[in-house]
Amino acid sequence: MTGLALEAINVSKRFGDLQALDRVSLKLKKGGIHALLGENGAGKSTLVKCIVGFYTPDEGEVLLGEHQQLISNPRDAHDLGIGMVYQHFTLVPNMTVLENLVLARPRLPSIIDWNKERMAIAERMKGMPFQLPLDAPVNHLAAGEKQKLEIIKQLLLDVKVLILDEPTSVLTPDEADEVLGQIKDMARRTGLAVLMITHKFREVVLYADDVTVLRRGRYVGSERVGDVSVEKMSEMMVGREFSGTALAREPAADQGVKLAIDALTIEDDSGLPAVSNLSLTVKGGEIVGIAGVSGNGQRELVEALAGQRPTTGGEIRVMGERYRGERQELLRHRFHCLPEEPLRNASVSRMSVAENLGFRCFDRPPHSIGGFLRRRAINAYAQRLIAEFKVSPANTAIPIGNLSGGNVQRAILARELWDQPNVLVVANPCFGLDFTAVAEIHARLMAARNAGAAVLLISEDLDEIIELADRIDVISDGRLVYETTPQAADPIVIGHHMAGHAGEPHAH
Amino acid sequence: MNADDIQWLNVFIAVLGGATRVGTPFLFVSLGECLTEKSGRINLGLEGNLIMGAMAGYGISWLTGSPWLGVFAAGATGLVLGFIHALLCQQPRVNDIAVGIALMILGTGLAFFLGKPLIQPSAPKLAAVHLASWSDNPALRSALEINILFVVGALLAPAMAWFFKNTRWGLAIRTVGESDDAARAMGLDINGVRMLATMAGGFLAGVGGAFLSLYYPGGWSEGLSSGQGLMAVALVIFARWDPIRCLYASLLFGGAGALGPALQSVGVTSGYYLFNAAPYALTLVLMIATSSTKVRSRMPGTLAAR
Ligand SMILES: Nc1ncnc2c1ncn2[C@@H]1O[C@H](COP(=O)(O)OP(=O)(O)OP(=O)(O)O)[C@@H](O)[C@H]1O
Ligand SMILES: [Mg+2]
Repeated sequence: MTGLALEAINVSKRFGDLQALDRVSLKLKKGGIHALLGENGAGKSTLVKCIVGFYTPDEGEVLLGEHQQLISNPRDAHDLGIGMVYQHFTLVPNMTVLENLVLARPRLPSIIDWNKERMAIAERMKGMPFQLPLDAPVNHLAAGEKQKLEIIKQLLLDVKVLILDEPTSVLTPDEADEVLGQIKDMARRTGLAVLMITHKFREVVLYADDVTVLRRGRYVGSERVGDVSVEKMSEMMVGREFSGTALAREPAADQGVKLAIDALTIEDDSGLPAVSNLSLTVKGGEIVGIAGVSGNGQRELVEALAGQRPTTGGEIRVMGERYRGERQELLRHRFHCLPEEPLRNASVSRMSVAENLGFRCFDRPPHSIGGFLRRRAINAYAQRLIAEFKVSPANTAIPIGNLSGGNVQRAILARELWDQPNVLVVANPCFGLDFTAVAEIHARLMAARNAGAAVLLISEDLDEIIELADRIDVISDGRLVYETTPQAADPIVIGHHMAGHAGEPHAH
Repeated sequence: MNADDIQWLNVFIAVLGGATRVGTPFLFVSLGECLTEKSGRINLGLEGNLIMGAMAGYGISWLTGSPWLGVFAAGATGLVLGFIHALLCQQPRVNDIAVGIALMILGTGLAFFLGKPLIQPSAPKLAAVHLASWSDNPALRSALEINILFVVGALLAPAMAWFFKNTRWGLAIRTVGESDDAARAMGLDINGVRMLATMAGGFLAGVGGAFLSLYYPGGWSEGLSSGQGLMAVALVIFARWDPIRCLYASLLFGGAGALGPALQSVGVTSGYYLFNAAPYALTLVLMIATSSTKVRSRMPGTLAAR
């Protein structure tokens, strides 16, 4: 099956002073996967949002098949068979999985027969790459589960064009392979055209047929994936050769235990145990990695460490003192934390970048004096942070929610990594970052470790953990089930423990 | 049974009867507010709708001789006020709370102004169904006088709950109330949905007003409402945005409101004003007792997010 499914011609979009897209064109073929690459803030999300009518482009047009189509809002896109998984989830949090799936269907009947819908969806769910509990409220799902739900939601709609904005950012490599394999299969079988935004070259090489690269809002080029090397693609993205060198792991001086968690038990929102009897210690100058599939208690653990969730048993000690996550303690111990989905969990999206960056220090001199904020000092501080972490655009006055996904991540990381953290808890720190940023953040985490910080790295990216950690724990169903070192780590064994198959022959 | 016991029984019966009578305006306003808030907007102006509805309903009933036409007129005034609220709120950078307070004052003032000629005349009232005409106990007889509007409201509550869960429109309202982004991604017209929800909510609040002037306490005067419209907002929070719980809460508040008069009828006059304050005290106590993260987690997402 060949032929064009969709074509975008000379699409431009401006936000205030910022030209987010400048006459970008793109051709999408039927029956294949087209990857869209670019650095954080290159305009990838903006381009696809223009295609589906979420934004109205300032100029340019979208052709569907051979005809020009006016797509002025996402409903039109739905009706034309274009489905999109947004980078920031667009699920309705207070509704169940089933309600979300039904809701997404265009042309719902006026009265919904839930029994019929449930049966129909349960039936089709069997053929999907993964299963989800239909009656779970969405706000109880972990990031990875939400992402799967978003994908299933579109697949169930039988779309002709499927747009995926970083669909695998919180999936494990195995899950990602499963999802993308299925999608590629569907594309070949049904003529589905897929446009996939990703930062993972591995996925581009394995699954994409064509690739288009954007750089700072401009079109750089399109290639057949078979004809270009990864080096060439990265060069197209950043406009020069990339020379990232990993920061060396220094043998750190033994600093004693800085973070000690003892028999910790935490409940989730519905009162069920999310973390049970979890104990671990992190010494200064050490990175302890916790690997696991999302939804196994990581979210609750991070929230408890950040002081956002009460614990029901056990205790946390920081520098030998009992720790409850109060602001005074956070400041005294220089305890810093980056949770998953930082736009939702660690920032106020309508407040400005400067205000968000000031959260950690706004109540101390020189940022406030005698209880009065000194905007200029906070602004100057924020300017320093975003220059250092290359947040773009370098404007501290805009709401943080307007930054691109990767730039939100960078901004919050800047806040947390600044000022020499003593204890640092990070969850999926490289979620949605482009490869230059990943290298940079890894180097910074390693630098924090080398400077003596105790780092707890909770990540679903096993490669990241093996690269950075000094010791590795595996979490499954709220318990630490396996411990190893990066030297001895075997991804297959770890994968088995992550999936909860502790009794299998691979286990020790 | 001695005379004392009978007296207390009568108080009890009067409170039950009062629950439907005093509670009906609460019920309509809280259902209206529930509908509006589910779509992600708070309309504090429903007190204005209530009073305007009471005035308009009374006036039309007096002019046409038909109390039911009065009820519709009351609803229509509420609809118009809801329309104004929604129209103002969808302008950029306009705050719904502020607009609500302004409309509350506007509605009240306008009703007092236009209602001046209505204080004297006596308009035909809504009739009640006498469920206890077999009994010779006057207290029981008056307690079981049920107004059709109460029945309508009591049926409306489960109907609305069903509507939110099982209809396309109900889901659309909830989606818009839960998340702007999700609604936009689904191509829903956010302002349009909120407009309709606010107008329908305003209609219900207006009908609640007609009950005040055309049934209980009846007549038109400036002291007719004692803040039921505002309390209904608190009641929606207490009911966790669930129409059926709105019904229970309205009955509870109605019963509390009937406590003062019921006690007075058996001759307990000390602390009369204290007992009249029962609904307000109840509001405070219930709000504190039931406030928990659970309440917040039921709150429509766009309201919780601000
Ligand atoms: N609603 C908005 N208002 C103002 N600026 C915006 C808005 N949305 C995006 N931008 C800006 O437009 C630029 C492109 O953003 P976009 O989200 O398209 O980037 P992206 O390529 O998807 O990056 P990432 O990989 O980080 O997701 C960014 O600089 C961003 O700050
Ligand atoms: Mg993006």
